[in-house]
Amino acid sequence: MSALANLRNPANAFTALVLLVFATGPFVMPLLGEPFYVIVFARIMVWAIAAVSLNLIMGYGGMISFGHAVYLGLGGYAVGILAFHGVTSGWAQLAVAVGASAAVALVFGAISLRTRGVYFIMITLALAQMIYFLGVSAEQYGSDDGLNILSRSDFGPAFYDLNDQATLYYTVFAVLLASVVVSGRLVGSRFGAVLRAAKSNDTRVQAVGVATYRYRLTAFVIAGVMCGIAGFLQANLESFVSPDMMSWPRSGELIFMVVLGGMSTLFGPVTGAFVFLMVSDTLSEWTIHWHIIFGPLLVLVVLFARGGIAGLLNRKSANG
Amino acid sequence: MDHVLLIEQFLNGFQLGIILFLMAAGLTLVFGIMDLVNLAHGSLFMIGAFVGGTLALLTGSFILGVILMIPAMLVIGIVIEMTALRTLYARDHLDQVLATFGLILFFNEATRLIWGPEGLVVPLPAFLDGSVEIGLGITYPVYRIVIIAVGLAVALGLYILVGRTRIGMLIRAGASNRTMAGALGVNIPKLFSIVFGIGAVLAGLAGLIITPITQAQIGMGEDVLILAFVVIVIGGIGSIRGAFIAAIVTGVIDTMGRSFLDVLLLLFLPANAAESAGPALSSMLIYILMAAILFFRPQGLFPPKGAQ
Amino acid sequence: MAGLEARSLIKAFGGLTATDNLSLEVAPGELHAVIGPNGAGKTTLVNLLSGLLKPDAGAITFAGRDITRLSAPARVKAGLARSFQITSIFRDFTALENVMLPVQTRHGHSFRFWTPVSRDTRLTAPARELLERVGLGDRADVRAGDLAYGEQRQLEIAISLATGPSFLLLDEPMAGMGPEESQGLVEFLRALKGRYTMLLVEHDMDAVFALADRITVLVYGRVIATGTPDEIRNDPEVRAAYLGEEEAA
Repeated sequence: MSALANLRNPANAFTALVLLVFATGPFVMPLLGEPFYVIVFARIMVWAIAAVSLNLIMGYGGMISFGHAVYLGLGGYAVGILAFHGVTSGWAQLAVAVGASAAVALVFGAISLRTRGVYFIMITLALAQMIYFLGVSAEQYGSDDGLNILSRSDFGPAFYDLNDQATLYYTVFAVLLASVVVSGRLVGSRFGAVLRAAKSNDTRVQAVGVATYRYRLTAFVIAGVMCGIAGFLQANLESFVSPDMMSWPRSGELIFMVVLGGMSTLFGPVTGAFVFLMVSDTLSEWTIHWHIIFGPLLVLVVLFARGGIAGLLNRKSANG
Repeated sequence: MDHVLLIEQFLNGFQLGIILFLMAAGLTLVFGIMDLVNLAHGSLFMIGAFVGGTLALLTGSFILGVILMIPAMLVIGIVIEMTALRTLYARDHLDQVLATFGLILFFNEATRLIWGPEGLVVPLPAFLDGSVEIGLGITYPVYRIVIIAVGLAVALGLYILVGRTRIGMLIRAGASNRTMAGALGVNIPKLFSIVFGIGAVLAGLAGLIITPITQAQIGMGEDVLILAFVVIVIGGIGSIRGAFIAAIVTGVIDTMGRSFLDVLLLLFLPANAAESAGPALSSMLIYILMAAILFFRPQGLFPPKGAQ
Repeated sequence: MAGLEARSLIKAFGGLTATDNLSLEVAPGELHAVIGPNGAGKTTLVNLLSGLLKPDAGAITFAGRDITRLSAPARVKAGLARSFQITSIFRDFTALENVMLPVQTRHGHSFRFWTPVSRDTRLTAPARELLERVGLGDRADVRAGDLAYGEQRQLEIAISLATGPSFLLLDEPMAGMGPEESQGLVEFLRALKGRYTMLLVEHDMDAVFALADRITVLVYGRVIATGTPDEIRNDPEVRAAYLGEEEAA
């Protein structure tokens, strides 16, 4: 959090504002007569966690995964499928979410990381589609209609009950903060140094004695697990999980959030998720044809605001 | 096993492969020559279906619709290339992925606005409807045979175009060294527009000819697109020959897998397991194939020889 | 210090044989120069020795060990370091961070996820010291991409030294340098003699004859002569193929 210390930096100020909104939401929004926004914020925070995990491999590692939403699904179905079979223990569900995400990320990463550039993007996309179709064909678990989850994850103690909205909300908030801290530590560590160097000049990293593949793979697995945890939270929030949550447009949206906020900045994914989802929520209220505005808007962002929000705000502070 | 079903499904797979080839050929040309990752290629598939379908309904003739679709898609493709895509050539692949992703959203919504959410039904003319005996006691739909024939004709046409004509030579020159070709006087922007236009026509053709079977629907391009990407990754980016082989193989394996995998699984698994694993595995089959091929040849079967 | 031996190396790219039955031997402690006209396959040789490329045939021995099938990172661990002819640094890192990474690799694996490297004196101290040694001490916190060309070449060498090697493969370290800078680098390399075994690929003949204990001449991927600087200077075949061209030019 010391990264935010300099609040005169506009990007930092904006981030602090967003975090403040999240922190105070459950108190302030009902007072403003808009209690629904509390759920909206919780949703955004879940996406933000997923975006933070993607930023780890994409922003800092240079691995553009177009299949990252699949881990949201894995985490979500861990909750859904276990609950379906009567296992409501949060510990069991979380363990499965983490285990499944790690296993899938390991296999998918091992395959995809043998390729670079566009091949990598396409392969991550295709592999994620595989899991998507697996979900669609799983008739027992609702296939594309999805699966309703009748009870939230039960972690045991009476004082920690995810059925209580506030408890769930602040759990998500805590996980979000934790994910940012973990991400920051990873990036600044020896591991992160290898990852960032490999993004910049992979040949040179190998020429100083580091076999970069295993580091990339590890990062890929860590990001998958982090996203799986986000999926776990999402399933609890929505009491629902469906294959749509791991479809490739979701992965595309995740990439957008990361780019929008500012790739390879610590809080970029958080502000990116916030802006992306607030804009799309607002636009979708105006018209059901909101994609016709949103699509070109995305194109314009890519063309003219490549450094994302952080880039835009920092440029303003440098000039003004 | 019933040889009739086997052959039928093989032909169905071949036909799917043809559709995939039409998509993949355009995609691989655009990527191989212009180094442009275009996710909105699927939208061209959809636009061809809707625009061509509408032309067919307006003129009352499916054949006329197909013929008119060609110049229509050429124009549409070139317009899209000149307005939206030109700025992307200089950008990195991530930017291209994101920008064209935004375009997909736009095109899907625009289609919904113009034609409504229900999609479009394009009926077949009577003489193309119906089945014919193709020997070995098998009757097969005439139209699917037509699709295969059209696809093979296009494949041959592309082969001649790229390999034997002046424009093909320019395309190959642009592919292997864009800067040099430009320095030698080749009008690169015009070449790119033409290549993109060709890709658009191919995609539109694929979309239109599949419409009598599947109907024109919003978002129809996206699923085909992903398979097309799998095809060009397997086949090797920039290689039309690779796209053809990979497309046919993909189509056949996917179709026959869906039909026969559960039967095959029954050899190893109890009936219950085979029944539930079958559909799940068969939809994953083609991706497993892709993963396997990439494991041994990360650049695909016919990798590009030397970069720009 | 360790010796390096290449035996009958062959490397072909399509129709082009870049390395044609090349045999070469660098004695421990020696500074062995490799010279030859453009297209002689000098960089290919360095790539083969460093592990970036694998030979089609032949063997490479380092410190008595067969390293022919060893990966590039593994060769670095064994004590072999290389520098690149075309500067290959981490442009977005500071000079200090550029050197910290290879220092890091000396400590074994980098699966350490928590401690920030910026505060790790086991990395920053040796890195600063090394930057001082190559003359970049006061430029440590400058972004590598913003350094002057000559400074980047110095950084290039620092990165190679930072892995703590016993053998240096230097691929045209003086590429693009002016006479003053080159002179400085010659002195620097001279000071390294005795501490490292070196294979120096260079075009700069003054530097080569000032530093080399032995010289190998490469033409079209083949060795046409190996010997002391005097022997090479007077070798008629070498003069015809290479030095003669230089004198005429």
